[in-house]
Amino acid sequence: MISINIKINGKKISKEIPDNILLSEFLRDNLSLTGTHVGCDTSQCGTCVVHLNGNSVKSCTTFVADCDGAEVTTIEGIANNGKMHPMQEAFKKHHGLQCGFCTPGMVMSAVDLLKKNKNPSEQEIRDWLEGNICRCTGYQGIVAAVKDAASKM
Amino acid sequence: MANLVGAKIERKEDKKFLTGKGRYTADINLSKQTYAYFVRSPHARAKIIKVDHSKAMKAPGVIDVFTGDSVVKDKIGGLICGWKIVSQDGKDMKCPPHPVLAKDSVNFVGDHIAVVVAETLEQAKNAAELVNVSYKVQKSVTRTDEATKFENIHEGIDNNLSFDFLLGDKGKTDEAFSKADKIVKVDIVNNRLIPNAMEPRAAIGDYNASSDELTLYTASQNPHLDRLIMSAFNAVHPEHKFRIVSPDVGGGFGSKINVYAEDVVIAYASKKIGRPVKWVAERSESFMSDNHGRDHVTHAELALNSDSKITGLKVDTIANLGAYSLVLAAVTPTYLYAPLLLGIYDIPAACCTVKGVYTNTAPTDAYRGAGRPEATYVIERIVTEAAKEIGMDQAEFRKKNFIKKFPHQQCLVHNIDSGDYDAHLDKAIELSDYKNFENRRSQSAKKGKLRGIGFSTYFEACGVAPSAVVMSIGSGVGLWESAEVRFNATGNVSVFTGAHSHGQSHDTTFAQIVGDKLGVAIENIDIVHGDTDKGPFGMGTYGSRSLAVGGTAIVKACDKIIAKGKKVAAKMLDGKPEDIDFKAGEFILKNSNKKKTIGEIAFACYLPGTFGDVNSPLPEGVEPGLIETSFFDPSNFSFPSGSHICEVEVDEETGETKLVKYTVVDDFGTVINPLIVEGQVYGGVAQGVGQALYENAHYDKSGQLTSASYMDYTMPRADNFPHIALDYTCTPATSNPLGAKGCGEAGTIAAPAAVMNAVIDAVGTDVQMPATAEKVWKALKKNGSKKAAA
Repeated sequence: MISINIKINGKKISKEIPDNILLSEFLRDNLSLTGTHVGCDTSQCGTCVVHLNGNSVKSCTTFVADCDGAEVTTIEGIANNGKMHPMQEAFKKHHGLQCGFCTPGMVMSAVDLLKKNKNPSEQEIRDWLEGNICRCTGYQGIVAAVKDAASKM
Repeated sequence: MANLVGAKIERKEDKKFLTGKGRYTADINLSKQTYAYFVRSPHARAKIIKVDHSKAMKAPGVIDVFTGDSVVKDKIGGLICGWKIVSQDGKDMKCPPHPVLAKDSVNFVGDHIAVVVAETLEQAKNAAELVNVSYKVQKSVTRTDEATKFENIHEGIDNNLSFDFLLGDKGKTDEAFSKADKIVKVDIVNNRLIPNAMEPRAAIGDYNASSDELTLYTASQNPHLDRLIMSAFNAVHPEHKFRIVSPDVGGGFGSKINVYAEDVVIAYASKKIGRPVKWVAERSESFMSDNHGRDHVTHAELALNSDSKITGLKVDTIANLGAYSLVLAAVTPTYLYAPLLLGIYDIPAACCTVKGVYTNTAPTDAYRGAGRPEATYVIERIVTEAAKEIGMDQAEFRKKNFIKKFPHQQCLVHNIDSGDYDAHLDKAIELSDYKNFENRRSQSAKKGKLRGIGFSTYFEACGVAPSAVVMSIGSGVGLWESAEVRFNATGNVSVFTGAHSHGQSHDTTFAQIVGDKLGVAIENIDIVHGDTDKGPFGMGTYGSRSLAVGGTAIVKACDKIIAKGKKVAAKMLDGKPEDIDFKAGEFILKNSNKKKTIGEIAFACYLPGTFGDVNSPLPEGVEPGLIETSFFDPSNFSFPSGSHICEVEVDEETGETKLVKYTVVDDFGTVINPLIVEGQVYGGVAQGVGQALYENAHYDKSGQLTSASYMDYTMPRADNFPHIALDYTCTPATSNPLGAKGCGEAGTIAAPAAVMNAVIDAVGTDVQMPATAEKVWKALKKNGSKKAAA
């Protein structure tokens, strides 16, 4: 067991945790933040993407033990006082989700893209989202949503 | 109120998913919950000598271990085939026993042998390693084309042949071929796919010893059907004391239709230990144990006369059922496949045989399109080759052979009620700028790329299905759908549907229909599904049936609400029911300014006291309350159709294929919400492109699944696609009052042929799916491409 201090969605948390616990497990099982999903066991699908110190990471291959002092933002933490983030709004407007399972990871990846590239081309959006698998949408609504969000953020 | 039907309305269900508030089975945790981990076979085929779980039982945290002996002792039934096929010799198909936990033998890698239940998942996993299974490993077969020549893998099933199915008139077809001026032949492999819904399967059993009620939370497309099967066949628990909840489900694509061994075992284990038991599949388990799809080997021949008209079609297919027959395993490659081989062409004679074979692979079953993508691939490949061989334009040859008049009775099964195939092909030709294709081909050539174009003009039979028809050809159940429309006293509406949404957007589409029918604001309508304790028995969602069948049940229940409302309104307005009009949520007495809103009528139905000068608003014989139920059984399938045109660029040096242009024009009949329908098409196309270019389930010679992770099984990703251009034509369906035909599977049905026709056009020689860079490069080399040869 080790003790860690971590800020999750703006809230400071100090906990004793087993040293082998993954960030995705910690969020889901210890904090009931079940918006972060687990869709594979090889760090390929991207449904578990969260922001760690402002960068998108796959939480299923991140040890909480490595996150001491870090700031983590999950899908539950990007709306502002109940108002959805412009990326969330854009996904709704452009039907960028169907079953919703890949959606949290997809949105978190897309938000990070726009932090790093304010006006991405369609190809840049597609290349960036290569690490997030969606089985429902064929990506077209997602790409349209990211473009639209870029124009509004 | 503006019409809701036909409007691009944003989805009601989106907010919860976008804010992380979705509630999938894995998100549910119950008090005193335990965790399950399955022991699975590492061998493709073996006799089980002994399962020794004594060490596992003593491991830390272990509560119990259940094996094949446990389920036999407690009389838990095996898994079933829900639709039995009759062979051409009149004999029933052969189904091997399929126990929920294997006792005597295992028949594919991943076959379920035992389950360990422990206080934590880690303890369950660790203890599972201590379950010592002694095997006598046997030779195995995985290849579709080798199955009938291999030793019997199941006792009493000779040549591993489950059924030898025939559809069509062989004599008439042979005659057509004997008179043909031209015969075109193709050999086709329809590659095995793994559905890969992004949410892995999961189940939580929760037995309440006090009430003797058993609840199973499971990621299913059809919770009522699950409960029926698990009560009637698996004998897990009586139906009236058994509740199945399928909460938010993260995609299905057919893979969540089946009652799986894990569902039965988790429900059973919870009863046995008297505590909740939770199981969530790891992705590798999903790859191994979810039903797979496709896996056919086919030879097809097409007869033509000197006028370029198709006169006959012969198809012989071997379909790999895997190790056992699942619920829809047998109907998928037979009745969902063979009738569709005719495509949208006026073909006077056809016959098709299908041999269903067992192998040591994961069982196959419905995967998005289920039989129809396989059929469309055969006909659209052979039609393309035919046009090429006679030197005719692809569009012109298709149009020459299209069905032109409706209704059209096909020579195999279907009576197609409506369509206009020239219309969607013309529109697709226009939208895809077909006339300038050769210019684009030259432009690509300048960059060193081979450009190809491919057509796929498809139809499908969906809106499954008329109960009398399907039960006469082997279905174990009817395929009607139910709805209950429940007006609440305060004027809002709860709609219970037997369909299930796992991405299909029913919360929105169905609310649009009800909103228009009853004149209630969409935010005051709640669509409820996925819980057997709520609403009437329903058949679930698959086969593009939800709108055409489930939506119609809702319409019919709304009609009953309106009919009752008219009686009540007549009493309240002092008129006759036949003099009451209902429009936009108001009951209006003809030739008067007297009216009541539907909200007022609902309130009066629940509180039939004194209202103004009316003593009781309820006429004699009319019961209080405003709840109506409808069960709709369609008179026919529905027949969407469309034209897809695909262009690819192939890199001559690497063999890599890039999708560069894709055009879709579909006829889905009435479209309720274009935003949602477009999403279904884009997603469907992506899965079809996946089959054509990327996806392939691969077993090695020893029967190991070598494509059991996302690092080995190539899923289509965002950077694999160009923007897809989409448009519609519309000929309404006549088999339901909505005029809706269904859209969920269309993209997956049409796309593989469009893509492969384009690849083969570019390469200039035959290539089988998936057209990976390696295969295309080899084909180019064989075809004498200069660069590939260098």
